[in-house]
Amino acid sequence: MDNIFKIAKSEMLNADTFLLTIESERIAKKARPGQIVHVKCGNGTEVYLRRPISICSVDREKGTFDLAIQIRGKGTKILSNMKPGDEIDIIGPLGQGFSLYPKHRKIIVVGGGIGIFPLLQLLKDHPADNKKAILGFRNRSLVILENEFRQSCDGLFIATDDGSYGEKGFVTDILKKEVEKELPDMVFLCGPIVMMKAGVELLKKYNVPCEVSMEQRMGCGIGACLTCVCKVKKGDDWEYTQVCKRGPVFSGDEVIFD
Amino acid sequence: MNSNISLEVNVAGIKLKNPVIAASGCFGFGREYSRYFDLNRLGGIAVKGLTREPRKGNPPPRIAETPAGILNSVGLQNPGVQAFIEKEIPFLRGFDTAIIANASGNTIEDYEYMVKTLSDADIDGIELNLSCPNVKEGCMSFGSTANGVFEVVSRVKKKAGKPLIVKLTPNVTDITEIARAAEAAGADAVSLINTLLGMAIDAKTRRPILGNVTGGLSGPAVKPVALRMVWQVSKAVNIPIIGMGGISNGTDAVEFLLAGASAVMMGTAGFVNPMAWVETIEGLENYMAENKVKSVTELIGGLIV
Ligand SMILES: Cc1cc2nc3c(=O)[nH]c(=O)nc-3n(C[C@H](O)[C@H](O)[C@H](O)COP(=O)(O)OP(=O)(O)OC[C@H]3O[C@@H](n4cnc5c(N)ncnc54)[C@H](O)[C@@H]3O)c2cc1C
Ligand SMILES: Cc1cc2nc3c(=O)[nH]c(=O)nc-3n(C[C@H](O)[C@H](O)[C@H](O)COP(=O)(O)O)c2cc1C
Ligand code: FES
Repeated sequence: MDNIFKIAKSEMLNADTFLLTIESERIAKKARPGQIVHVKCGNGTEVYLRRPISICSVDREKGTFDLAIQIRGKGTKILSNMKPGDEIDIIGPLGQGFSLYPKHRKIIVVGGGIGIFPLLQLLKDHPADNKKAILGFRNRSLVILENEFRQSCDGLFIATDDGSYGEKGFVTDILKKEVEKELPDMVFLCGPIVMMKAGVELLKKYNVPCEVSMEQRMGCGIGACLTCVCKVKKGDDWEYTQVCKRGPVFSGDEVIFD
Repeated sequence: MNSNISLEVNVAGIKLKNPVIAASGCFGFGREYSRYFDLNRLGGIAVKGLTREPRKGNPPPRIAETPAGILNSVGLQNPGVQAFIEKEIPFLRGFDTAIIANASGNTIEDYEYMVKTLSDADIDGIELNLSCPNVKEGCMSFGSTANGVFEVVSRVKKKAGKPLIVKLTPNVTDITEIARAAEAAGADAVSLINTLLGMAIDAKTRRPILGNVTGGLSGPAVKPVALRMVWQVSKAVNIPIIGMGGISNGTDAVEFLLAGASAVMMGTAGFVNPMAWVETIEGLENYMAENKVKSVTELIGGLIV
């Protein structure tokens, strides 16, 4: 198994979010936007399970990939203390990424909080000629990766809950305005459930297809344990399916938000 | 592999090339892990818990991390026994490893149906799950009293055309009493332990972490309890025991064999390390080579007290 890699760089993006650059030609080459990796935090059983993290961006020439990680609890805390040269145990890339269809000429990505991370490589890789990004943060101090996003799209909108930066309000309000201006061919959403749910409902009214990236607590990360499920439609019925294997990216009309 | 040592064991008529089996519910139907290692390496595979009809399982979140372990509340999500027979057995039979079908039900009739159906299928053994803590009916409610176990096992034994392993719950006062009831009712072997009923609370939100509120504890945290129970049961019954609970490496496996298990199952450890099963087999081989043990059967019940 090829799962031990070297950390090339670690840098803080704001008070509680950092970027890890990791050396792996295989993952850099193989990873598709929206896919995740399963990361071991420390060596012992103190933090027992791996942590699912989205691939934020890849450098296929250098053979490295970036993870943007927010410190939430003990696992992400351990990762934040890792230094260049340290070895890290990572399984991946895992799951299904976003759909990049050449016929989609105009796309919009919508991200909230840590949900913005998988959208960066999506913007870089998507063949569309008009790409917009709408990113939401709680306040000004949490705004990160602004330049990276700006360079990877044709129009960046930032919203903050308190209006301390960009527009005050929800990303879905901006989405509505943009959709009303001109219908996109496809929208990609990643962030809090309420945001994705509101986005999916809005886009349904305009008949715009969309994809969402789901989050759930995980065990194995590869589809075997059935712990990481979300509800999806199945014919006239529904079923629980693995976020790690069938997702994390799902079609917006497939997921049942309840 | 060292050709002078033999890892082969026979558990109640099920021939295993080595005593390491993937535990039910942690290995799906083998497809996922087959991308990480050669399933031919395994002694056997206990598949995800099956029921008569497909089951949707419990609402998420279904997993919570605990110190050196996890709680799960999957609740027997599975495609039903027919889908298993049609779609999964042909895949699993592509490998030289024993197939153990893990069966659950709500009623004794369900268990009878499962055992009869699986006896006609191309598998090597049936593991009767009388111990799932995550479903309301059946399972642990039969498995937590000696009378309940005796009744279910003696009824299904009449339908069994394959070796019958009864999987025991640790959520009882005296597990030896339960194991004796299984043996008296005709079980060919017992496997233990299933998960320990537990719960996790998020102090910040004041809510339970699991969608089902309670769940089953597994992983290294339960190993001492599991070892103790295997040891007690080995003194109480004469049928073979398959031991499990927190096994992560070869040394752990040796400990269970010494306590009286004829084979071991491993589940949770594979979530962290997909190579855990293979590494455990290798660790066992190394232990045997270093300690000049020719056959793994010499270790079974070899505890010095
Ligand atoms: C598909 C997917 C992609 C993700 N991508 C990113 C990303 O790119 N950047 C980032 O910062 N975070 C991401 N997350 C969230 C990240 O996995 C959690 O923040 C992290 O697991 C928390 O671990 P901890 O030890 O710091 O927190 P603790 O609270 O100590 O963790 C305890 C347990 O809960 C689990 N857990 C806690 N919060 C979450 C959560 N939100 N989602 C899933 N499991 C959780 C942990 O994995 C662990 O098993 C992603 C989650 C998923 C499911
Ligand atoms: C996610 C999960 C699902 C499980 N599902 C089943 C099941 O369907 N049937 C069963 O008999 N045991 C099930 N178990 C219990 C395991 O087979 C095993 O008894 C227990 O996890 C202890 O072993 P371990 O510590 O090696 O995981 C499950 C355990 C986990 C963690
Ligand atoms: S985490 Fe095991 S199935 Fe998704």
